[in-house]
Amino acid sequence: MRRLGPLSYIFHTIFVIFILAPLAVVVLVSFTSKGYLSMPTDGLSLRWFKAIWDAPEFIEAFWFSVCLAFVSASAATLIAVPAALALARMTFHGRAAISSFLLSPMLIPHLVLGVAFLQFYSRLGMGGTSVGLTAAHIVVIMPYAVRLSLASITGLPRDAEQAALTLGASRFTVFRRITLPLILPGVAGGWLLAFISSFDELTMSVFVAAPATQTLPVKMYNHIVETIDPLSASVSTVTIVITFVVMLLLDRLYGIDKIFIGKS
Amino acid sequence: MKRINATPYLLTAPGVLFFSALLGAPMVMTLLLSLHSYDYTLGIQDDWTLANYLDVFTDSYFYVIFGRTLGLSLLVTVLCILIGAPEAYILSRMRNPWRSIFLLVVLGPLLVSVVVRTLGWAILFGGNGLLAKTTAALGLGEVSLMYTMTGMTVALVHVLVPFMVIPVWASLQKMDPQSEDAALTLGASPFTVIRRITLPQITPGILSGSIICFALTAAAFATPSIIGGRRMKVVATMIYDEYKNTLNWPMGATLAALLLFANIVIITSANRLVERRFAKVFE
Repeated sequence: MRRLGPLSYIFHTIFVIFILAPLAVVVLVSFTSKGYLSMPTDGLSLRWFKAIWDAPEFIEAFWFSVCLAFVSASAATLIAVPAALALARMTFHGRAAISSFLLSPMLIPHLVLGVAFLQFYSRLGMGGTSVGLTAAHIVVIMPYAVRLSLASITGLPRDAEQAALTLGASRFTVFRRITLPLILPGVAGGWLLAFISSFDELTMSVFVAAPATQTLPVKMYNHIVETIDPLSASVSTVTIVITFVVMLLLDRLYGIDKIFIGKS
Repeated sequence: MKRINATPYLLTAPGVLFFSALLGAPMVMTLLLSLHSYDYTLGIQDDWTLANYLDVFTDSYFYVIFGRTLGLSLLVTVLCILIGAPEAYILSRMRNPWRSIFLLVVLGPLLVSVVVRTLGWAILFGGNGLLAKTTAALGLGEVSLMYTMTGMTVALVHVLVPFMVIPVWASLQKMDPQSEDAALTLGASPFTVIRRITLPQITPGILSGSIICFALTAAAFATPSIIGGRRMKVVATMIYDEYKNTLNWPMGATLAALLLFANIVIITSANRLVERRFAKVFE
C-alpha cells in the first residue's frame, strides 16, 4: 500500500484542527473567570460550572431529556424488533411499502415533522405535553431502531432455530431462547443510536416542546438565541464530556466505525 | 388456493398503526393547512385556495430565500466533497492505532449536539471572538462572520462533513488497494492513479455523501438560526418565523410542504441516478 506524502499529513492536521476547534473553544471559554465570554487568560475558574448548579432549569432539562430518550428509544425498539423480524424473514404483500413507511422519517426534514406535530397536537389539545413529545420522538428515531434490527436479523443463520422447532419448541420459545439472544447486540446498538438521536434532537422538539417540557438541546438553543454567555459554554462542556465518555464506551463495545459505517 | 399468512401483518401492525396515526395524520393535516388562507386579524380561514403557493411563486422575497438556501446547500455539499473525500482517503491509508483514533475524532462530533457545535463557531466568529482578534492583530480590522453566508457555510461544513467521510470511507473499504499498486508499477503517476483508479471507485460514495449533505443543509435549522440569525434567513428559519412569530401557519405549512417536496424529489432522483450509473459498483 502506498505511503502518505507530507502534503497529506498537512491536510489531515488542518482537517483535525477544523473538526476540534469549535469544541475546544467551547471547553476553554467555559473555564473563564470573567462575567462575559472570553478565553481564560488569567487563570482557570469553575464559577460557570457552579452557575449550572445555581440554575436548576438546565439540570431539569437534562434529566427530562434522559427520561425522554430512554422511554422513546425503548418504545421504538419494542415496535421495531417484531416489524424487523417480519420484514427480514417473510415475504408478504406490501412488504416493501411497509418497510419504506417505517423508514420514511429519514426522508422528511425534522423541521417539517416539527411543524406537522405542532399543528396535530394543538388540534388535539395536547400541545407541549410530554406524552406528545415522546410519541414524536418515537417516530423520528424509529428508522434507526428498524435499520439496526433489520441488519442483525438479516445476517442470522436459521439452523439453530430450525433445530429448536424440530425438537418441539414453540415459536415463542424459539424467539425467546434462540433468536432474541442472537440479535440482542444489534438491537442494543439500535437502541443506543435511537437514544442518542432522541437526546440530541433539536429541530423537531423546538416546535413541539412547551416551556415546561424543554429538552436540554431546546433549552440550550433558547438560551443561546437570547444570549451567548459563559453559562451556555459550561453546559455545553458538560455535554461534551458526557458524549465523550459514551463514545469511548460505544467504541469499546461495538467499534465506532461499525455503528456509523456498518459492517466492514 | 393460497392462504394469506397473518403473522407478518400482526408483527408489523404496531409500527404501521403507530405511524399512520402519528406520522400520516400530522403530515396530511399540514398539507391541508397549506391550502387555507390566513387573515392577520381573523386567523386561519375555512376556505380552500392555492393562494399561499401563488404567493411563494410570485413574491421575489421568497425567491431570494429559496435561492439562498439552494446556493448554501450546493456550496456546503461541494466543500464537503473537497474536504471530506481526501480526508476519508487519508484515514483509510493510515496505520492503526492512528486510524482508529482519528476515525473517532472525525466521527465523534456527530454524537455532540448540533447546538453545542454551532455555539463553538458562534464564539469563534462573534464580536469578541478568536477570529476578530486574529484579524485585528494582522491589521485587517475586526472581522466578524456572524450573520454572514461565509459563517453559515463554515459552520455547516463542520456539522456535515462526517456524513461525507462515512460513505467515502465505506467505498474505500470495498476497494482493492492492490489495484493502485498495479497502476503504479505499470508506470502511472500518483496523480493518474488517483484520477483513473481511486476516484472512479469512490464516486458512488461521494455521490451518496453529497445527497445526504445537500438534503441536510437544505433543511438545517439550528446552525442557520444561530449563525445566520434574522439577517441571513434560509427556508428553515423562515418556516420557524412563520410558525412562532408571524403565526401565519398556513404560509408556514406551504413553505414546509415545498421544502419536503424539493427534498424528496432531489433525494429520490439523485438516488435513481446513482443506482443506474453505478449499479455494478453496488453489487
